[in-house]
Amino acid sequence: MIRHDYSRVDPKRRANIDYKKRQFAKAEFQQQTYEHRLNYYGIPPTAEITLDEFETWAIDRLKVLSELEACSFRNRNPEETAEHMTGILAKYLPLRSNSSRSQNLQDERRKDHYSHFILRLAFSSTEDLRRRFARLETMLFRLRFRNDDLDERKRFVEGLKLDWEEVTEEEKREFKEEMAAASGARKGEVQEWFKVDWERVPELVEQRRVLLKRGMAFVPQREQMSLVVAEFTRRLDDALELTARALPRLDEDDRLAPILAHLSQSFATPDAAYSSSDANIDGLSAPTAASIDTLSQHFPLCMQNLHQALRRDSHLKHYGRLQYSLFLKGIGLSLEECLLFWRRSFKLITDEKFTKEYKYNIRHVYGDVGGDANRRGRGYTPYSCQKILTEPLPGPGQSHGCPYRTFAPDNLLAMLQNTGVNDRDLLKTVREDVGKQRYHVACNRVFDWAHKKEIKKVKDDGSWSAADLDTIVHPNTYFKRGWLLKHLGDGNAGLVGGGDKMEE
Amino acid sequence: MPHSISPESTPGEDSSQTVSQPNTLKAESPDVNMSDAPSPAVVPEIKEDTAKVNLEELFDDDDDDEEFPSSAPAIKSEVESSQPMPIQISSRSTYSDPEIMRAFYQRLFPFRPLFQWLNHSPQPSNDFAHREFAFTLPNDAYLRYQSFPTADLLRKQCIQLLPSRFEIGPVYSTNPRDRKTLRKASAFRPIAKELVFDIDMTDYDDIRTCCTGASICHKCWAFITMAIKVVDVALRDDFGFKHIMWVYSGRRGAHAWVCDKRAREMDDSKRRAIAGYLELLKGGDKGGKKVNVRRPLHPHLDRSLNILKDHFQTSILYEQDPWSSEKSAHLLQLLPDASLKAALQKKWDSAPSRPSHMKWADIDTAAKSGALSKSSKDLLEAKQDIVLEYTYPRLDAEVSKKLNHLLKSPFVVHPGTGRVCVPIDTRKVEEFDPLEVPTVTQLLTEIDEWQGEDTDKKLADWEKTSLKPYVDFFRGFVAGLLKDEKSGVKRERDDGAEAMEF
Repeated sequence: MIRHDYSRVDPKRRANIDYKKRQFAKAEFQQQTYEHRLNYYGIPPTAEITLDEFETWAIDRLKVLSELEACSFRNRNPEETAEHMTGILAKYLPLRSNSSRSQNLQDERRKDHYSHFILRLAFSSTEDLRRRFARLETMLFRLRFRNDDLDERKRFVEGLKLDWEEVTEEEKREFKEEMAAASGARKGEVQEWFKVDWERVPELVEQRRVLLKRGMAFVPQREQMSLVVAEFTRRLDDALELTARALPRLDEDDRLAPILAHLSQSFATPDAAYSSSDANIDGLSAPTAASIDTLSQHFPLCMQNLHQALRRDSHLKHYGRLQYSLFLKGIGLSLEECLLFWRRSFKLITDEKFTKEYKYNIRHVYGDVGGDANRRGRGYTPYSCQKILTEPLPGPGQSHGCPYRTFAPDNLLAMLQNTGVNDRDLLKTVREDVGKQRYHVACNRVFDWAHKKEIKKVKDDGSWSAADLDTIVHPNTYFKRGWLLKHLGDGNAGLVGGGDKMEE
Repeated sequence: MPHSISPESTPGEDSSQTVSQPNTLKAESPDVNMSDAPSPAVVPEIKEDTAKVNLEELFDDDDDDEEFPSSAPAIKSEVESSQPMPIQISSRSTYSDPEIMRAFYQRLFPFRPLFQWLNHSPQPSNDFAHREFAFTLPNDAYLRYQSFPTADLLRKQCIQLLPSRFEIGPVYSTNPRDRKTLRKASAFRPIAKELVFDIDMTDYDDIRTCCTGASICHKCWAFITMAIKVVDVALRDDFGFKHIMWVYSGRRGAHAWVCDKRAREMDDSKRRAIAGYLELLKGGDKGGKKVNVRRPLHPHLDRSLNILKDHFQTSILYEQDPWSSEKSAHLLQLLPDASLKAALQKKWDSAPSRPSHMKWADIDTAAKSGALSKSSKDLLEAKQDIVLEYTYPRLDAEVSKKLNHLLKSPFVVHPGTGRVCVPIDTRKVEEFDPLEVPTVTQLLTEIDEWQGEDTDKKLADWEKTSLKPYVDFFRGFVAGLLKDEKSGVKRERDDGAEAMEF
């Protein structure tokens, strides 16, 4: 089994001072030496550092983590992320390999070690922070693990003493073909395999990249990363939980607490949050169930798709309804109007069925019913692109999600053409973007094209700042900006009713 | 049900506390109809919804009312009193009529095996007591977080509330009924539940040609049969689960309950992993090709393909005939080769009425005659993908991914069809016929018509009906599960004892 207990100081060694002298004795801790570049952060640091170091180290690590988070928001793939992060890591948190023979090897590792534990203290207080911290630390670990020198990585893994069984020669012979097929190995590639309970490698199981036999997973050596990373996350999660419990009893003067509080606050930049100000659009009087059809021309493609599917089938499945209702709520449609909208849209079903099966859900979304937390929070917040892009893909009959991601390219282009995007070059670049999984880049590109005249105008007369034209990462922002741009001429927008302008 | 159509009858006082079967009321004078409305027969937790429902409950719950404060013996007397009374099933009665549901819960529903199944031991334990049940009441209210220490109390509650169906949720860390008294919300969390799967015919609507929506026939049941075969073998051979029970969902689908201890204790990420492992078809209506898999095929897919190949020939090509006339466009879309497509298009345009199996064969013929510009390996892979798209199980994966998802209990009655949600024997999955599954009314008639053989043994009511083989199967399944649980516990204790010796 995995050994957890080496983080404890040996009791015999701890009590080797005469008890009478103990209170005057200075605690002696051994300065840790760091053999490996990578660290599982099993043992907390014990030596002294200055307050200044405490703060700067933590901030440096925080910078690295927030860059990593930004990468995941932009849907960068691992290679792009690695490329982007190289410079940042070198600047804030360098960590060289043994083979580099650098002078500062131990110092670098010490900084890495200490800063990790400082942030652990700062981010263990709430469930949300813990989860986010664990996710980002895992990303960082994975990144470093990938870049690590092969030889050193091997030694690091051996040092971990994870228990995995070797696959016997007999099994190798018996399952050779199947193992190769499961792992997608090329022919002739010689591989070592090991055997673990499948629960240890859920990621690989989910993607069908290991062979399973009676609950055992046959994992090829090169997939070991996933195992090591999973173990890292698991231990970190446990440790964070423990830290959280110890936090109230932290024997602390008032020097560290403010720093920690400050750190955790500055980390709390929410994921592309929807702000309620998005709902207040100058000049757009409160939308009604009847005005959605006209407004839908300003919707982003994901919502246009849902709208079309709804009009076509007079029905949407659960996740589609959820995504669309939230968006509608985000543009300021009231609960009453929203209920009316869905009631009218579901033409084929009876009032009774609607009341029974759908009404509650819509009210729940608005926070009209449900548990205390839901009501106080006024229901759910509208989904951001990030959320929509990381949801499970739609199944048969479902139409939620981001069309740039879920549609086959040909269908996507056909749909874009239907909505009036007919620039050949643009469509070609969209296809390339989508191929590279840069879905929101493609979406923004389409937006810029569709509003190019207006964007030029506001840029020229300087009425909009650059921040107003930042990349769109939320469907509601897409709508708001699109609508405002198309109604630039109406200087007295606030006075004219929204409905009148729709008919222009 | 004479009384149910007379909601306007005014309630007045009446002495009759004796008769519980409403069909005897028919003969009596109208003032019997105006029986004991003020009596508090309705269970306090339910809001009285409609006058009709309310009235029915008032009529029927006389004896329940009596026994409400007391315990088990009362139930017994109730059973006996209902025993001789034949239940008349008229053509007008629907499956969720209170009398029918009451008789069903009193006489047919196998509460004991159900208890043992969820309790994993004969002595009541927290596995059962902390388990959430959720009732759908006759007025369509939904009552969550119910829990019961024993099978008898569950039974009693069912007879009182007459739920049209009930669902089973996870085992919680504390009793679900106490959840609001806890100081910390985090002390109430789900800790274990069977791994469940839900296969529903609606997910097949785009490839199903024989029926749509809620209706099914033998032809489309084949989809479910295929799904059961593929998923069952994967769960057993790949994941090593042993105690897997498949249950007919009552209308057009099937549920699986994986009851191994190892499966019950999985967290969400592991459930998600299994669901992902078994899920193949991705993409909505506009996603284009739904099957995108690596080659060589993963052993699980390879095995599935071997199972599904034969079904594809019969169930899909001949019975479903998915590419008749214009629908062949979809088939063409799935083929990779432009010149082959053109050749086939030409051929099929001239003879649009060709059945699907001939069109399928045409692909190979056309390829051999030289219309193929890509390698034959590409074509073979494309054909494999098509077979998978049309036959591979379509799971409602969200159900499986969450530990706290509720799923309808086995053996409840489907309110729409009246059929009992019976277990399916996977050894004879081909023989299972959803249209032969007994309905609740049919079962009650069988009890009445049953002519006892001359045996001393008193038979339980379910043994007199066609529900017997299903209950027997369920009991066998539960016995197997209990045996494994017991030996597991024993082994754990032995291990502990050894460790103590040091």
